[in-house]
Amino acid sequence: MKKLVDMMGIEKHFPGVHALKSVQFDLMPEEVHALMGENGAGKSTLMKILSGIYQRDGGTLQIEGRDASPKTPREAQDLGIGIIHQELSLMNDLTVAQNIFIGREPRKRFGRLDDTVLNAQTAEIFSSMNLNLDPKALVGSLTIAKQQMVEIAKALSYRSRVLIMDEPTAALNDAEIAELFVIIRRLKAEGVGVVYISHKMDELKQIADRVTVMRDGEYVGTVGAADTPISQIIAMMVGREVKEEPLVPPDLSAAEVSLEVTGLSRGHEIRDVSFSVLRGEILGFAGLMGAGRTEVARAIFGADPKDSGEVRVHGRAVSIRSPKDAVKAGIGYLSEDRKHFGLATGMNVRDNIALASMDMFTGTGGTLHDGEMAATAKNYITQLGIRTPSDTQEVRLLSGGNQQKVVIAKWLLRDCDILIFDEPTRGIDVGAKSEIYKLLEELAGQGKTIIVISSELPEIMRLSHRIAVMCEGQLTGILPGGKDTTQEDIMHLATQRAAAMKVTGTVQ
Amino acid sequence: MTSATDIEKKSPLAGLSESGAYQKLLAFASLIALLIGFSIASPNFMQTSNMIAILQATSVNGVLAVAATLVIITGGIDLSVGTLMTFCAVIAGVALTYLGLPLLLGVAAAICAGALCGLCSGTFVAKMKIPPFIATLGMMLILKGLSLVISGTRPIYFNDTPGFDQISRGSLIGDVLPALPIPNGVLILFLVAIAASYILGRTVLGRYTFALGSNEEAVRLSGVNTDLWKMRIYALAGGICGIGGILIASRLNSAQPALGLGYELEAIAAVVIGGTSLSGGRGTILGTLIGALIMAVLTNGLRVLSVAQEWQTVVTGAIIILAVYADMARRRKSG
Repeated sequence: MKKLVDMMGIEKHFPGVHALKSVQFDLMPEEVHALMGENGAGKSTLMKILSGIYQRDGGTLQIEGRDASPKTPREAQDLGIGIIHQELSLMNDLTVAQNIFIGREPRKRFGRLDDTVLNAQTAEIFSSMNLNLDPKALVGSLTIAKQQMVEIAKALSYRSRVLIMDEPTAALNDAEIAELFVIIRRLKAEGVGVVYISHKMDELKQIADRVTVMRDGEYVGTVGAADTPISQIIAMMVGREVKEEPLVPPDLSAAEVSLEVTGLSRGHEIRDVSFSVLRGEILGFAGLMGAGRTEVARAIFGADPKDSGEVRVHGRAVSIRSPKDAVKAGIGYLSEDRKHFGLATGMNVRDNIALASMDMFTGTGGTLHDGEMAATAKNYITQLGIRTPSDTQEVRLLSGGNQQKVVIAKWLLRDCDILIFDEPTRGIDVGAKSEIYKLLEELAGQGKTIIVISSELPEIMRLSHRIAVMCEGQLTGILPGGKDTTQEDIMHLATQRAAAMKVTGTVQ
Repeated sequence: MTSATDIEKKSPLAGLSESGAYQKLLAFASLIALLIGFSIASPNFMQTSNMIAILQATSVNGVLAVAATLVIITGGIDLSVGTLMTFCAVIAGVALTYLGLPLLLGVAAAICAGALCGLCSGTFVAKMKIPPFIATLGMMLILKGLSLVISGTRPIYFNDTPGFDQISRGSLIGDVLPALPIPNGVLILFLVAIAASYILGRTVLGRYTFALGSNEEAVRLSGVNTDLWKMRIYALAGGICGIGGILIASRLNSAQPALGLGYELEAIAAVVIGGTSLSGGRGTILGTLIGALIMAVLTNGLRVLSVAQEWQTVVTGAIIILAVYADMARRRKSG
C-alpha cells in the first residue's frame, strides 16, 4: 500500500530554538497513527508543517508518493490534508452548513448566496459520515462533541485523505469520546489516514494502530499501539538523561502548615482537590496541559469563582472571593502569562513593583511618594538582580527572566508569604532559569511557602520538595520529591484517567 | 543575555513613547506651523483680540477633553461629556435661577451633579460590565433628555445672578495686566488641566488610571479593587464636565438645554490629536490641551481666511485622520 504521508529528516528553526531535529513521520491509508510527546516536544510544529501553517527548513515531505511543500493551509487542503485544531475554530453565530463552506459558499448569479445548495451539500457530507445533524442548526447551540463533528465534516468536505486531530478529546466526556471514536473508525474504513495527537494512554490503546513518540524536537521511535506496554511509551516520552543531582528535600517535619486546601471544586475543571503546604516548602504541581493546575491556583487566589472548598492560611479559614482577599491573606499568584496577567507592560519597573502595594506609598489626598517608590524599587532591583538600566524602564523592554523577577518583587513587597508560581520559567532562557530556581529556593529557605506549577518534568524534579500530580481536574497523587520519585512515576499519575472508559460503538 | 543590548537600542525612542511625547512634539510643531501659516495668510490673525478669541473658544472644549482624556487612558471612552456638560449647566440654572441659591452653591451643585452622573457611567462600566461605548452612549441620551425635561425645553437665563457671567467672561488677569485680558474661562481651563496633570502624574488614582488602561487584569490580580478605582475615575471626569457646564453657561449667560451633542466628538478629537491612545494606557493632559488648541486655531484661522464653515469641518476631519496616522506609523516603526 502506498503511504499517504511520508516525512523524512524534517528540520525547523525558530529564532533561538531548534524546534525540529531531523524528524520522521509516516501515515498509511486506513490507519490511526498516534503522535505523542510532552508539551513542547514538537508534535504540533510537525503537524503545522504538514498542514501548511509553517514551512520546513529541511527534509522531504511526500503526499501519496509525490513531493509536496504546502505553503498555506489552503494548499494543504488541496493536497487532501485537513487539520482539526485543539481550539475549535468555528463561528458560533453561523449555522453548521455556513461554517463548513465558509469562504467557498455556493453562489447564484450576481453573487447571491445559494443556501439551498449549501444545506444540501452539507447534508450529503453528514450522511456519508452517518451523522445525524441539522445543517441549519447554529454551531453555538451544539455540544462540544457535535462541534468537533462539524470540524471533521469541514475537513472532509475538502476531500481530505489525511485528517490531523490535535487532542480531540480534551473537552469531551466519555460518551462523547465514544461517539468520536465511532466516527474515526468509520473514516478509517473508508481509507482516510488519521494523525491522532493525545496525551491519554488508554485512548491510544483503543483507537491507535501505531504510536510515534517525540521528545525535545527529536524523533524517538515508532511502535505498534497494541503490543507495546504503556510503561514503555512513557519511558520513551520522558527518557532524557537526568543531568543534575537529585534534589535532597529539607527536613520540614517541624514546620507548621501554612496553606491548607480542602475539597476545592469547580465544574469539570477542579474536582475535589485537597492538599496542604508547609512553611518553607516547595510543592510542585505536575500534570499535562489542561489537567486543571492553573485553575486550582486561580480558584485559591480568588481570580475565578469556586463551587466549594475551604482555604486555610496558617490554620485560619479565610474567605477568598477576589484577588484582593487573597492578597490580604498573604497569597500571591504569579501567572504563566506574565504579559496578560502579571505585568502592566506599558508601565515602568517601579510602578509594576509597587502595583500591589500602592497604599504603602500614598500620602494625604492620594498623593504618591515617588521618591520612596523609587528607593524601594531600586532595593529590589539589587536584591533580586533585575537587569534593567533604571527603575523607570518600561517592563516590556526587559527579558522574560527579568520580567518574572519584577513580578516576584511585586509580591515580596506586598509581604506575601505564600507564593504560587505558574510556569515560572516559561519563555525564559536557560541561564535565567537557574537564577529563578535559586531565587525560589532562597525564598523557601527564608520561610516562604512556594507552590510551583510546571509542565516541565525536569523543572518539577529540580525544585519540588513534594510533587502533587493532577489529571483532568483531580489530584491523582502526591509523591515525595528527590531521588525516590522518577519522571515515569509522575507521568503515570498524570495520565491516569479517572473513569475507565467503555467504548461500545462499532462501525455500522 | 540579549536584554541589555535591546534596552540600549530601544531606550531613546521608548522614553519618548512612554508619555506619548513624540506625538505631543508633533502636535506642538503642527500648532506652531498652523499659527505661522495663518499669520502669513492673514494679517488679522495674529491680533491679541483674535488670540484671546481662540483661547476663549478652547476653554469649554479643552475642559471636556481633559475629562475625556482621563477615561480614555483607562481604555474606556466617554461619549456623554457633551450632554453631561449641558445637564450640569441646567442644574446650575435650576439651583441659581429657580431656587435662588447663592452663586457658590449653584456652582457646587453643577459639579456634584457631574460627578454623580460620572459615577453612574462608572458603575455601568465597572460593576455591570457594560462596554464603555454603550454605557456612555446611553448616558449621553439620558442626559440630553433629562436636560430638556428639567428645563422644560427652554433656556434658563442667569440674569438674576450677578457675577455668574464673569466666571467665564471676566478677566482676573486683565484686571492686573490690562494688556493681557485673558478671560477667566481660559484660566479655569489651565487650572483644571494642571490639577488633572497632577492627579495623573502624582496620585494613586492617576497611577491606577494608566495601569487599568495598560493591563486591567494584571491590576486586578495584584489585589487592587479595579471596579472601585474605575468608578472614581469616571466620577472625576464627570465632575470636570460639571466645570465645563459652568463655563459654557457663564459664557452664554444661560443654560441652553438643546446644546451638547457633538461636543463629545470634538473633545475626543482633541484627545486623539494630542497623542492619547484610544486603546488606553498612555496619554497626557498637555497633549490634549495642544490638541484642543489645534482644533480652535484651525476653526478660527479658516474663518479668518473666509473659508466656508462646511470646509472647516472637512479639514478638521482630515487633521484627525492625519494625526492618528502619524502616531500609528511611528509606532509600527518602533515596534
